Amino acid sequence: MESTATQFVPPRRSVAVTVRDFLQYRFSRWFLLLVTACFAVIFVAPFAWTVSTSLRQPMESFSVPPQWIVLNPDWSNYVQVFERIPFFRQILNSFIVAIAVVVGQLCTASLAGYAFARLEFPGRNLLFWLVMATMMIPLQATIIPVFVIISRLGLANTLWALIIPALPTAFGTFLMRQYFLGVPKDFEEAAVIDGANQLQIFARVYLPLVTPALAVLAMLVFNGMWNDFFRPLIFINDPYLFTIPLGLNDLKGYMATGSISVVLAGVTMSLIPVVIVYIFGQRYLIEGIMMGGVKG
Amino acid sequence: MSSTASRSQHATSHVRRSFNPYIWLTENTLHGMARRKALLGYLFLAPTILGILVFTAGPVLFSFILSLFRWDVFTPPQWVGAVNYTRMFADSRALTGFWNSFVFVTFAVGLQVALGLLLAMILQTRMPTWLRYTYRTSFLLPMLMSGAATAIVLGYMLHREFGAVNYYLGLLGIPRVPWLTEPGWAMVSIIISYLWLSTGFTMILFIGGLTNISTEILDAADVDGAHGFTRFWHITLPLVSPTLLFAAVTGVIGGLQVFDLPYIMTRGGPGDSTRTAVMVMYESAFKNMEIGYGSTIAVVLFLIILAVTAGQFGLSKRWVFYQ
Repeated sequence: MESTATQFVPPRRSVAVTVRDFLQYRFSRWFLLLVTACFAVIFVAPFAWTVSTSLRQPMESFSVPPQWIVLNPDWSNYVQVFERIPFFRQILNSFIVAIAVVVGQLCTASLAGYAFARLEFPGRNLLFWLVMATMMIPLQATIIPVFVIISRLGLANTLWALIIPALPTAFGTFLMRQYFLGVPKDFEEAAVIDGANQLQIFARVYLPLVTPALAVLAMLVFNGMWNDFFRPLIFINDPYLFTIPLGLNDLKGYMATGSISVVLAGVTMSLIPVVIVYIFGQRYLIEGIMMGGVKG
Repeated sequence: MSSTASRSQHATSHVRRSFNPYIWLTENTLHGMARRKALLGYLFLAPTILGILVFTAGPVLFSFILSLFRWDVFTPPQWVGAVNYTRMFADSRALTGFWNSFVFVTFAVGLQVALGLLLAMILQTRMPTWLRYTYRTSFLLPMLMSGAATAIVLGYMLHREFGAVNYYLGLLGIPRVPWLTEPGWAMVSIIISYLWLSTGFTMILFIGGLTNISTEILDAADVDGAHGFTRFWHITLPLVSPTLLFAAVTGVIGGLQVFDLPYIMTRGGPGDSTRTAVMVMYESAFKNMEIGYGSTIAVVLFLIILAVTAGQFGLSKRWVFYQ
């Protein structure tokens, strides 16, 4: 190795030490990054495979080797999705349910979270622990009675069945409470001195300060509702009221002997809204999950 | 006006004025303000508390009551006492379901926590920002896919003859693996799919936990001669143990509820090898219309989740370290 006088000249080292240092520092880092790259490929491959296979010719849709870059894309697979199942209607249903539940949960959770964080009343702690305890209750333990209630109300096989039971949220309440607790009390005192009443303090002072929390909750709930399979499977049996996951399951059944490209075209389209939401709000999604973990 | 009212009340406390609820609530004193706040608190809580009572807390009790009846929805329910429970403990399909859920959760949650922690730690190491961002995004992407879509896509990819996975394994000289057509492998496939879907979530939890560890502690450990695995085992792991507990608890609760993956990928088969407890419950209650028996399985599942969670918290005192 050539070096000029101004450069740092490392002391002579034995070959063994050089090799050891290489293994210990350089190699282990490269190796680590390589392993990570393998993981990353495994995690991303199914997406790439889905999109590329959704564009393959129907005749060769399920033949190996997989074609990662499709040179002669066949867009008719996408058209076929709409012909096989009422996909447009199902997209609409998914949007109606997801947006209704998001808006509903934002209301109930911000009200309840504010009450637990900033309002004082007898029984507050008891009620809070009651609500937190219900977070442990799995959906499956309540689904049969909820089904009975929904049927008795005449709401079975309507989109209401998916919306109404999802409106109260223990997790959302907890999340909003944590954020409201983070807003200094000074804001309230200043607002009182300025003559604001309690309702104004909530709506005009505190709520605007926790918009990030609202975004976090909205993202998590939208994702969850858009991808929900279990509840729609139980509550809905009319294909025109299906949400997308149920529709895809049907499509897979119809296409058992046909082209899998059509099914994957459906999957690809179902991903578009959540991917858009993710692109705009991944920060909130990540923050929301961390909030649950770090303070939970 | 209301303030004068209350002051005169003070001055002549032996004279009890008639109770006026409007003034009681609106009077402009600290008491009035506290009362208004309390009322508002109850009002704000009403939708959530009412909703939780009707759709979560109530149904848990209702489930237990239903489990003591035989009911097919169409005819009136029939009291049968503990018959559903004795039936369940003799029903090989239900027992297989619970066993499958147990096997699934043990491996899925164990691997999910280990892999989540590993990926989070890798992302904490020194690397260019764009690379870190790319890695993080690729680990998170599967979270966006629904369980149904995952089951469909991975089901195709794991197909014995035409699946991409077996094709590439074939290039490495590995004979075709019967991913979905042999009992043991089918469970492995479900676990792999679940890991693919949910590890990103666990990883985020651990990134949160790891960033909370101050670098001073880690640097101090380095100076004291704890590197590599020693440092991980004695310093990092204890400091991240609260997150570990949270990940394990939520992982078990979530894992015991897994439904869409086996339902779509294998339909519980081959045989009953991937039929989870939730699937047995679903089939009993909504396919065979045995609401009572389905509720029995739901109640037992709930009790198991409760016991495991309580156990995890109980044991956590021995190994979870709070800073």
